[in-house]
Amino acid sequence: MKITTPTASSGATTAPWSRYRLRHSGPLIALLLLIGFNALITPNFLSMQTLSVNITQVATIAIVAMGMTLVIATGGIDLSVGAVMALAGAIVPLIFLSSAGQSFPVLMTLIAVMAALGIAMMCGLFNGMLVSRFGVQPIVATLILFISGRGLAQVLTNGNLQTFDNPMFEYLGSGRLLGIPIQGWLVVLLAAIAVFVVSRTRFGRYLLASGGNPRAAELAGVPVARVRMIAYTLCALLAGLAGMISVAINSASDAARNGQLMELDAIAAAVVGGALLQGGRAPFIGVVIGAAIIQLVRYTLLANGVPDEVALIVKAAIIVGAVYLQSLRGGH
Amino acid sequence: MQPLLNIQGVHKQFGKTLALEDARLTIQRGEVHALIGQNGAGKSTLIKVLTGVHQRDGGDITFNGQPCQFSRPAQAQDAGIATIYQELNLVGLRSVTENIVMGREPRRLGGFIDWKLAHQQASEILAGLGVNIDVRRPLEEYSTAIQQLVAIARAVSRDAMLVIMDEPTSSLDESEVLQLFEVIRRLQQRGTAVLYVSHFLDELFEICNHVTIMRNGAWVADHAISDIRKAVLVADMLGKDVSDIETHGSTDFGGELEPAGELLFEARDIATRRHLRSASLEVHRGEIVGLAGLLGSGRTEVARAVFGMDALSDGQMSLEGASYHPTNASAAIRQGIALLAEDRKREGIVADLSVRENLTLSILPSLSAGVQIDSEAERKLVEHYIEALQIKVSDMDQPIRELSGGNQQKVLLARWLATEPQLLILDEPTRGVDIGARQEIQRIIQDYRAQGGAVLLISSEFEELIEGAHRVVVMHEGRSIDTLSNPGLTESTLVAALSRGQPSTSGDDHRMQETSARPSTPRETQA
Repeated sequence: MKITTPTASSGATTAPWSRYRLRHSGPLIALLLLIGFNALITPNFLSMQTLSVNITQVATIAIVAMGMTLVIATGGIDLSVGAVMALAGAIVPLIFLSSAGQSFPVLMTLIAVMAALGIAMMCGLFNGMLVSRFGVQPIVATLILFISGRGLAQVLTNGNLQTFDNPMFEYLGSGRLLGIPIQGWLVVLLAAIAVFVVSRTRFGRYLLASGGNPRAAELAGVPVARVRMIAYTLCALLAGLAGMISVAINSASDAARNGQLMELDAIAAAVVGGALLQGGRAPFIGVVIGAAIIQLVRYTLLANGVPDEVALIVKAAIIVGAVYLQSLRGGH
Repeated sequence: MQPLLNIQGVHKQFGKTLALEDARLTIQRGEVHALIGQNGAGKSTLIKVLTGVHQRDGGDITFNGQPCQFSRPAQAQDAGIATIYQELNLVGLRSVTENIVMGREPRRLGGFIDWKLAHQQASEILAGLGVNIDVRRPLEEYSTAIQQLVAIARAVSRDAMLVIMDEPTSSLDESEVLQLFEVIRRLQQRGTAVLYVSHFLDELFEICNHVTIMRNGAWVADHAISDIRKAVLVADMLGKDVSDIETHGSTDFGGELEPAGELLFEARDIATRRHLRSASLEVHRGEIVGLAGLLGSGRTEVARAVFGMDALSDGQMSLEGASYHPTNASAAIRQGIALLAEDRKREGIVADLSVRENLTLSILPSLSAGVQIDSEAERKLVEHYIEALQIKVSDMDQPIRELSGGNQQKVLLARWLATEPQLLILDEPTRGVDIGARQEIQRIIQDYRAQGGAVLLISSEFEELIEGAHRVVVMHEGRSIDTLSNPGLTESTLVAALSRGQPSTSGDDHRMQETSARPSTPRETQA
């Protein structure tokens, strides 16, 4: 089910429409409950500081989750997003810390960012090719980069932590606009584009049709293979962007840690947000809310002194709950 | 002599639907017995009742002298009934040997499997069936045909007295069919009976001794194959009068109707790897050409070839006088071909998308400015079709899955009409659609034709072809064997053409003679 419908017609108040609204308000209600709960028990929750911290943290999850949603909408899955984050995150400092980078800091920073996105895109093309041209199962196809991508990142950096001081690049992680972290705005911008693409463009329609019923879509003339290719490519691009943000926040790139377990957070956010693992839905707003829920749960537990291990269990419980709700309301 | 299997008066009901009513089947030891009938005649249900998948509601089954009531398929297997399903229940990654001996592997001292002996046993069983392959290789390395033979070998190794084969030749090529027949003959020599379910009537004359015909869940007749002509089989299956079939030769009807317009599409001796052996047909503008044939005759395969879903292995097609060879559905659509597929749920609708999104799926390029869909134009177009085809929806953004079958079909029809096709292929357009919607759909097709469109209409409904089509091309075993013209087309001429076996009409077509002469069948002649 798509997230928006342009210009709801006179039939906007019919039963299917209101059911549709209810389905999409679930994650939002959960988020509001979570915020209310924190306002009551977590000390200093309602502060600008807390908001900033959470937006900074949630942005990377949300960006990766939106890419994941594209892939899930085709009926696939991408396990390599965390590894692609590590790879993109490792390449940037590698380039601007080089001797050329020292001589031309501005130019080389731009080149570094482009190179990182380029590598991420190639990872996505690789995944997309395996899935759409060679018919490899998505989970297997993306497992290849899941394993080798992070390995490659570590080889490139000799397994070292790369620390740097590059204000221009760090703006991506610590910059602010109207008091809100820059990556928060980035999420809003990307979500707006994603919603537009899925509801108003040919690609969006093809995406939902390819995931909803690939056979019927193919017979209706939809270029299903190309749609899958694009979905995996965009997913990897967004993962690359998230990888750079996470490096910029820390002013350091650790190929072993960057984006670790991000694939799970992203899948969880997508599922909590209303994406259907068998494909055919791309509820981007819901997915961003889903990412916020995942992050806020982690924050709530941390702020109240619950150990990280327990937080993982709670996260798993949320995913199970979301899938259960989906099976109740989906009619599938 | 006491028969091996005797089924009498079996009833089976699913909810309110009576699936079997007085089903009968008698199989002698060591005979190959055919079970035939149209789709929905109850063949599969009868087999499932026999093998313990379903429980019967009444009637008697005696197997090997014992009254029996199997509650699980395993019990039927232990009693000596083996079923070779269309979907083989084997393990592709394991060796041929393992698949054959699975569950009763020979053991050595200490409980270890004696692989040497197992391989030897497996080879011997297969050799006994005339199959010589390396039994150590994984099963999946072999063709579907060999896998099927392995499944049979597995049944043989369990001393099955009756082997049930459900459409065993549907995915085999001709040489593989010959090999299967050889195996069936060897089974017969060993005294094993075979229940053979097939849509390919010519095969029955080649391999079977007896045939039982079912219709609407009930027994109709059984015959020794040597006493029967194909026309009688077809008449029994369809529930028509044999004399009608005998008296109406397809050649009684003279000259073709003047073509409605210029020649649009032509196929010459097209063949694909999917049961389409040699089909030829022409479609003119403003003309509805019907494709008739029993199940498995290659009607749908013709549609798949024309729509670019299956590559041609032989023959040519031309469109508007130019050579036409689409590589996929998109290419066919760009050339102005549309296909309303038979399976609406699997190949037609995208259930979760709205009526609007389903309707415009094939014409988005022409509705878009740049990457963006012109939603104004889209809504107008959808409104137009909802109105013109009288599609009943509460709102165009309603998910299509909430619509009735007939309305879903109209949306799909609109999807294709919106592409303004030159040739519209309709595969069973009114199946599973209620009477009212059926007539509306037929009217829509006629309107489209009246505006100069060309239609290739595949239908199992004789009335639909007789009333709708200018000409009907008759398909049989992957070949187009006859063309009948309207006016002059009646149900009995159509049935007669479908049965194809009668000598009176075979003079001008050598292939007809081949099939009427039973012992030397077409397949053997070609092999």
